[in-house]
Amino acid sequence: MEKNNLYKYIIRLADNALILGQRLSENCSKGPFLEEDLAQTNIALDYIGRAQVLFNYAAKLNNNNQTEDDLAYRRDEIDYLNFLLVEQANQDFAYIIARQFYYSAFDCLLYNELTKSKDETLASIAKKSIKESNYHLTHTIDWVIRLGNGTDESKHRLQNAIDALWTYTGEMFEQDEIDLNLSKNNIAPNALDFKANWLNTISTTLKNATLKLPENSFMMFGGRNGKHTENLGHILSEMQYLQRAYPNATW
Amino acid sequence: MSLTSNATLETFQERIDQGEYIEPKDVFPDEYRKHLIRQMSQHAHSEVIGMQPEGNWITRAPSLRAKQILLAKIQDEGGHGLYLYSAAETLGISRSEMINQLQTGKAKYSSIFNYPTLNWADIGAIGWLVDGAAIVNQVSLQRTSYGPYSRAMVRICKEESFHQRQGYEIMTKMMRGTNEQQKMAQDAMNRWWWPSLMMFGPHDSNSPNSGNAFKWKIKRESNDVLRQKFIDKTIPQALLIGLTIPDKDYKLNEKTGHYEIGKINWEEFNNVINGNGPCNKQRINHHIKYHNEGAWVREAALAYSKKQK
Ligand SMILES: [Fe+2]
Ligand SMILES: [Fe+2]
Repeated sequence: MEKNNLYKYIIRLADNALILGQRLSENCSKGPFLEEDLAQTNIALDYIGRAQVLFNYAAKLNNNNQTEDDLAYRRDEIDYLNFLLVEQANQDFAYIIARQFYYSAFDCLLYNELTKSKDETLASIAKKSIKESNYHLTHTIDWVIRLGNGTDESKHRLQNAIDALWTYTGEMFEQDEIDLNLSKNNIAPNALDFKANWLNTISTTLKNATLKLPENSFMMFGGRNGKHTENLGHILSEMQYLQRAYPNATW
Repeated sequence: MSLTSNATLETFQERIDQGEYIEPKDVFPDEYRKHLIRQMSQHAHSEVIGMQPEGNWITRAPSLRAKQILLAKIQDEGGHGLYLYSAAETLGISRSEMINQLQTGKAKYSSIFNYPTLNWADIGAIGWLVDGAAIVNQVSLQRTSYGPYSRAMVRICKEESFHQRQGYEIMTKMMRGTNEQQKMAQDAMNRWWWPSLMMFGPHDSNSPNSGNAFKWKIKRESNDVLRQKFIDKTIPQALLIGLTIPDKDYKLNEKTGHYEIGKINWEEFNNVINGNGPCNKQRINHHIKYHNEGAWVREAALAYSKKQK
């Protein structure tokens, strides 16, 4: 039971990294200028690397001969447990920044707590990841400030994206039995404990960017339990193509 | 700085002949500057346009490891573009001018990137053959006479040899894999072999205006010499993993120790150079599309930085 909880928790972490990394990697060679193109590619690379380490750990926990690639590439849509937020499309640069802003503000707080996990493997993964997480957030906050205080168009576009993605932020703080069980055992934090902290980062940054914090609205849930938006099916059919079409091949 | 008088022109040539590097603050002929801008910007654009055919497979890369290697490689190539743009800027041209020349067709990029990537083995073939050919050229350019260009090449060469090895690793894996994988690898070989030989440019006997390039030591070795190095290095690698060379006339000349190859299809080469390759329009349109879509972001960044002053 305990091990099952941990497995599912790790899969959720890994899927967030994988799907966001996949989304960001779609953008390679499409950035607004070369330096930023490379910065986004670099963030994508960090997440794919993190996903690999996490899937590797999950595969060990499961102990059934599955590899990290089996977990990343051979599951069905319903078995992916990432937040709805990270699968949302790259509508424009403002959406990319808004999605990253909400996620990274959460990710930094989460991984900072995970460095203290009683599970040594998880703690050591978190220690390696936290530096990247902090960089992602700093880079993203810079863009929120820049776009918010840039031109009328940039302000308008970013506000739009901030508003549109807000509905997916509630899911990051949803706590189910798995989370509660792990937090009771000091393996993972209860995300509600740092929700105020997250909201503080978001609202302070938006204020500095002269943008409005979205009014409370309906929150969408489901990703953490395999109920996704239509986006994920398309992400997976592209990502899994070779693994599914040639099941006997090694790459 | 440009120069006009014959006396300084002679000093310039003397310095070149003595193997000295020319630096941005030195005096040099305007033609030297123009030649370098043309070559270095073309080189920079090639790195950047080359991100597209490889980027085409990032989202479909078949393993987490392969995806990371490919992302890192493309990131390296973009980085090469940056070094080269900066090196070219020392000659008094801005990056936005160079991008404008690319988008209006005034500046070129390597024709190799006008070919499509159709299966996963193409990612292997590009690393192995295209980066492999680029290295041969770039190693030679480490001794080019313009200091900033030469230093950019030294940095770039280190990374390119990784790319070449990683590409060969993909090809090796595919050739050891299933029948379908072997078919993909051979198909990639068939499509990339000749275009990568064309990357070195026309035969020496048919190579216009390379006179100054040699005199000024911008170019250090001829197209055919470089091409031969690549052929001799690459054919044994292909044979080792069981790939067929898509050239019925190729053979090893036992006397010289060099491989001889069949006739290169220069008509195809000229077609692609003149805009009629499979992807010419696609590559430039992609560049223009995303450059234009990013305009509001660049404007915002500029507006913000002005407000900070
Ligand atoms: Fe390169
Ligand atoms: Fe390369």
